Amino acid sequence: MKRVQFEHSTIPYLFIAPQIAIIAIFFIWPAGQAIHQSFLLEDAFGLSSQFVWFRNYVDTIGDAAWLQAAWFTTIFSALVTFLSLGIALLLAVKANEVIRGASTYKTTLMWAYAIAPPVAGLMGNLMFHPLIGDLYKFFNAIGWDFNHKLDSFDAGFVVVLIAVWKQVSVNFIFFLSGLQGISKAVNEAALMDCKSPTRRFWTITFPLLAPTTFFLMVINITYAFFETFGIIDTTTGGAPGGSTNTLVYKVFQDGFRGADLGGSSAQSVVLMIIVLALTIIQFRFIERKVHY
Amino acid sequence: MATVKLNNIKKVYPNGAEAVCGVSMAIENGEFIVFVGPSGCGKSTMLRMVAGLETITKGDIEIDSKVINNVSPADRDVAMVFQNYALYPHMTVRGNMAYGLKNRGLAKAEINTKVNEAAKMLKIDDYLDRQPNQLSGGQRQRVAMGRAIVREPKVFLFDEPLSNLDAKLRVQMRIEIKRLQRRMGVTSIYVTHDQTEAMTLADRLAVINDGRIEQMGAPIELYNNPKTLFVASFIGAPHINLIPARFENKKLVCGNLKLPGFKNLPEDIELVLGIRPDFLRPDTKGQLEIQVDLVEQHGADNLVYGALKNSSNDTELCFKTTQNTLPDIDSNLKLKFEQKHAMVFNKSTGERLI
Repeated sequence: MKRVQFEHSTIPYLFIAPQIAIIAIFFIWPAGQAIHQSFLLEDAFGLSSQFVWFRNYVDTIGDAAWLQAAWFTTIFSALVTFLSLGIALLLAVKANEVIRGASTYKTTLMWAYAIAPPVAGLMGNLMFHPLIGDLYKFFNAIGWDFNHKLDSFDAGFVVVLIAVWKQVSVNFIFFLSGLQGISKAVNEAALMDCKSPTRRFWTITFPLLAPTTFFLMVINITYAFFETFGIIDTTTGGAPGGSTNTLVYKVFQDGFRGADLGGSSAQSVVLMIIVLALTIIQFRFIERKVHY
Repeated sequence: MATVKLNNIKKVYPNGAEAVCGVSMAIENGEFIVFVGPSGCGKSTMLRMVAGLETITKGDIEIDSKVINNVSPADRDVAMVFQNYALYPHMTVRGNMAYGLKNRGLAKAEINTKVNEAAKMLKIDDYLDRQPNQLSGGQRQRVAMGRAIVREPKVFLFDEPLSNLDAKLRVQMRIEIKRLQRRMGVTSIYVTHDQTEAMTLADRLAVINDGRIEQMGAPIELYNNPKTLFVASFIGAPHINLIPARFENKKLVCGNLKLPGFKNLPEDIELVLGIRPDFLRPDTKGQLEIQVDLVEQHGADNLVYGALKNSSNDTELCFKTTQNTLPDIDSNLKLKFEQKHAMVFNKSTGERLI
């Protein structure tokens, strides 16, 4: 025997088969379908269809409603990512300093993680309900003419608030474990080298958390793009006037409510390209600045 | 350069565990003090109390006659070298060394000069732009030292800085640390569990046990004249020979072995006779007899091990001899010691009686 070499056997393929099957059935096949459909114009009952080349794309990108949804998605994702990361980091740093009752703090902060986005949306719905919502009443009581059913800023505020609240717990868990991964001795060395806690945080703790932050940023942007669907569907439903439509929600509305399968397929293909581009940008340009 | 004074300092943890139970000492300007003791004896805790990384439960610590109990670690003007180096992994070597100076608001040019100077002194000037993870253990150790040196602190604190290095590098760095400290003349406190490091580095040595100082003094004084059984057995390599005994009819008795020449010892308690391996030598008129079971050849010296004969229990003895003395395994050998080299301890209290 010269060296250990495994014979080509079917076993490795069997091991990855379930994963391949899942990807094929739930990603490649529907994605292929979407691309195919995006070139078709179909009647509302699905009885006839016509190949229209790129007309669906032209109609989609040129549509003011789509551009509005794209703009809202950008602002929404940026806000949700920035706020949920910022708040979670602050909470994690503070929770990390707590010595007495630390586990109670942590458990309490992690609870929201167990709540599904639609449920979070329903809870938000109750809190902002014009008749029984406490937050609705509170905002109006302090002089803010708050009405998310009519005002698009207020509606955006509601979905951002719920989406952030829901996501903070996930980020918190990762930040906390990231903080606990920083060597105690390094913190102590910093304690002897730098008096100001703020400066210590920005020069030592934050750079050492960069891998965690980068990872969470990718996760959070994906979350803001896709998983907030449930929140938007149960709270504003894109209202008022489509001002809280995210790209994903618009795909759903146009395809399933508007029965424009070709148009919504074209939108989802564009969305796929956007996400792909975003991911490449994140890994190309931001990850370089991350010290592992 | 500074004096450090510990005034009856105590450390009690919230769970009631007492790590340091009332330690006092005065450290002179430029002195190299070593705290040595087994793990868990409180030596690191004491060092960390000086550094400001542990609170002081009771008592106070003075640097240059100023109580620093409530001064933040960064303001104490002390620099510490950690066991696992604790370098900032995201900074270059230069960044690591400059960090403390930057935070103290020094001018860039001044920082550069100081960093370059220290780097040259430690022979790390070629690595200044590397990240810590691109360095070997020894180089990291030097960077950690450099980070402490550039600060030009009043006091250097070393927390087992060499224990992560391999044996050869450890000896080399030990010598360098000693030279550096001599050259800079900075008051230093060094914590270690390694008695060789302790003996070779210290101007004065404090043997710590259970949160207390067992004995403090020049290394050679502790070696020649230990006050307790603990100090005698902790200091010295190879380990001191200890023979359990009792004093009966003016003789020290261990099984069938009876040793004359001892006076004024209590008869009713268990005793321990201690003789350093250096002071035993083969002699046909020797008081002790061993059956040789192992010879370790260290080069210049040989260490001969054997079971003490006629004793009531299994006592292993060791003696140091020259390269040419190579007794056969299983042969019997008589060993002689001078009366002045014999130490007798009270077994239960550890107190030295002779």
